[in-house]
Amino acid sequence: MTTEPTEEIILHGISGSQGICIGKAYLVDREGVEVIERYNIDNRDVDKELKRFKGAVNKAKNELSGIIEDIPEDLRQHAYILETHLLLHKDKMLYGKTIELIKNEQINAEWALKKASATAKSVFKKISDPYLQARAADIEHVCDRILRHLMGAVDVDISGINKRVILVANNLSPAETSQIQLDRVMGFITDRGGKTSHTSIIARTLEIPAVLGLERATALIKNEDLIIVDGNEGLVIVNPEEETLVRYEELSRRYEAYKKEVVRRGELPATSADGKHFRIMGNIELPEEVVAVKDHGGDGIGLFRTEFLYLSRVDFPGEQELFDQYKEVVELMSPLPVTIRTLDINGDKEIESMPSPEEANPALGLRAIRFCLKNPEIFKTQLRAILRAAAHGYVRLLLPMISGAEEITECIRILDQAAAELDQEGLEYNRDIEVGIMIEIPSAAVMADLLADMVDFFSIGTNDLVQYTLAIDRGNRHVAHLYSPMHPAVIRLIRHVVDAGRHRGKKTYMCGEMAAEPMHLPILMGMGIEELSMAPQSIPKIKNLIRKINVSEAEKLMDTLLQQSSVQDMERIIMDAYGELLNEDIYGK
Amino acid sequence: MNHLDNHLTKTVTVVNELGLHARPAAMIARLAMKAESGVWLIKDDEEVDATSIIDILSISGTKDSRITLRIENSSDNEILQEISKLFEAGFEE
Repeated sequence: MTTEPTEEIILHGISGSQGICIGKAYLVDREGVEVIERYNIDNRDVDKELKRFKGAVNKAKNELSGIIEDIPEDLRQHAYILETHLLLHKDKMLYGKTIELIKNEQINAEWALKKASATAKSVFKKISDPYLQARAADIEHVCDRILRHLMGAVDVDISGINKRVILVANNLSPAETSQIQLDRVMGFITDRGGKTSHTSIIARTLEIPAVLGLERATALIKNEDLIIVDGNEGLVIVNPEEETLVRYEELSRRYEAYKKEVVRRGELPATSADGKHFRIMGNIELPEEVVAVKDHGGDGIGLFRTEFLYLSRVDFPGEQELFDQYKEVVELMSPLPVTIRTLDINGDKEIESMPSPEEANPALGLRAIRFCLKNPEIFKTQLRAILRAAAHGYVRLLLPMISGAEEITECIRILDQAAAELDQEGLEYNRDIEVGIMIEIPSAAVMADLLADMVDFFSIGTNDLVQYTLAIDRGNRHVAHLYSPMHPAVIRLIRHVVDAGRHRGKKTYMCGEMAAEPMHLPILMGMGIEELSMAPQSIPKIKNLIRKINVSEAEKLMDTLLQQSSVQDMERIIMDAYGELLNEDIYGK
Repeated sequence: MNHLDNHLTKTVTVVNELGLHARPAAMIARLAMKAESGVWLIKDDEEVDATSIIDILSISGTKDSRITLRIENSSDNEILQEISKLFEAGFEE
């Protein structure tokens, strides 16, 4: 009876987004083009093999044409990279070369295509310009599509889901998530990923549950299986028994009621039990999200990620396009502040205009401010747009990945240059903006006392600061459990930054995941971080908690916490003091 | 490049910031495919087929590079002019 297919199975993962949903599984399978076989073909089968190859190319082309046609009118400007791919299908270096290889070497089409693409890509290796060199990725995309048709694997069409489902995947790339008709998705579950992965962020934005890092979900779950996703506990229940179903339906109902109640009180100010005022801000990526920040009672934008306009395109957005977008956000939020972070390309959010596949260690490579300072024209275009937007409301400029003083000096120099240009051109702008730096590299945290003199504020990006301080790749499930913002070294480092800033009259804010985690809240309040920025959906919950915490008590607790040497001890002390408060029954009484 | 017939060649400069990347290459290839005879791009000592995006990308036409366009047959002169206009306009970027 253990082989009974409908037996209830409970899987444990990481909660990526809170909430509960019950529904049918929809598997997204991306396997198929990983292994390419090599075999020889008979002389008399060469024609057949050529026909097979040409057929696959035509199918791939038709499929891509269909995708291009389906792109809505307003996104047409992004379609040209796909038009380029369309032409690449018949490029003589790929198409001609593959045919030649099949004929001359009598090898199968898959292997011939692989060889041809390797030759084509090797040409790019010799190019010194990093941007042109990176175009090799386009060839890969085209070859992948042809290969899928050669091998009979079907491209996953996530856009075609026609009922509300729970998406089950090994891992979802940002490109795949952008394809999904999100209103059809009730929840996400994936084998890989963690709290800070792209899927988690999307799920939290949509306020649908997500459980990640399940390892075996795609192996155990079949299409159409009934599953329960418990994003509060990080659990997935496959083929639930009647009893479990009834229990979860009740939990789900109570959770929704709780959420409604908290949101209702979201717009009230966040004032601690002993009367200290905190500002709770929203993190956004798209101008549209401003609405969510306002709806959830946000006191401003603490982090406006600006990568989106740079994604999925081959060129770089122009100043006007950037300006229009920034201005829209700034005007919508005015008079509240909008903190615009300059371009921050990183490992899991690689921009197509300039991918860096040759980097073995992208997290430690040419990213964010390093990229911008190496490409000052691209950087200046963004700074000009920001300075112009600043004439329309309250703008703060935030520089990511700063590791030391020289970078700040260089950024300010380019900023001044941008302002001087705007002045000469007679364009409306405002140079009188607060300039801050992200504290996410330990070297900047250590130097905070000196850096404080060069800027107006600090903003702690906890995801990277924890990752770099503890040398943990949070996307690697073998070590992800060691990733903890509660590590005593991290807490001491943050404390040092806040104190260093305070001595020089500069404020420290926080805009990482850590700011939205209830358990960390007493620590942040105790250290005196007055402004926290998070996903808009977390704002009401955090405001609610702040009202129950006494700052002077939290300050006292900090003295004890700073004497601890392990994460476990830190957590135990927090739970002893605030456990009851933090474990507030999210399902109501 | 004195040995090249002046009527069949034209030298242009890459003016757009990002150089000959995928989109400009595709724009050139699309025009070159309409030609009756060969259309070539020459940079330094390298000559590549203008109908191949990959070939075009391989000559690394970064900003300010000088590129000579060459056609094999004067009947393709119009295409030569159109391609040179694309360069001058910075590929509308």
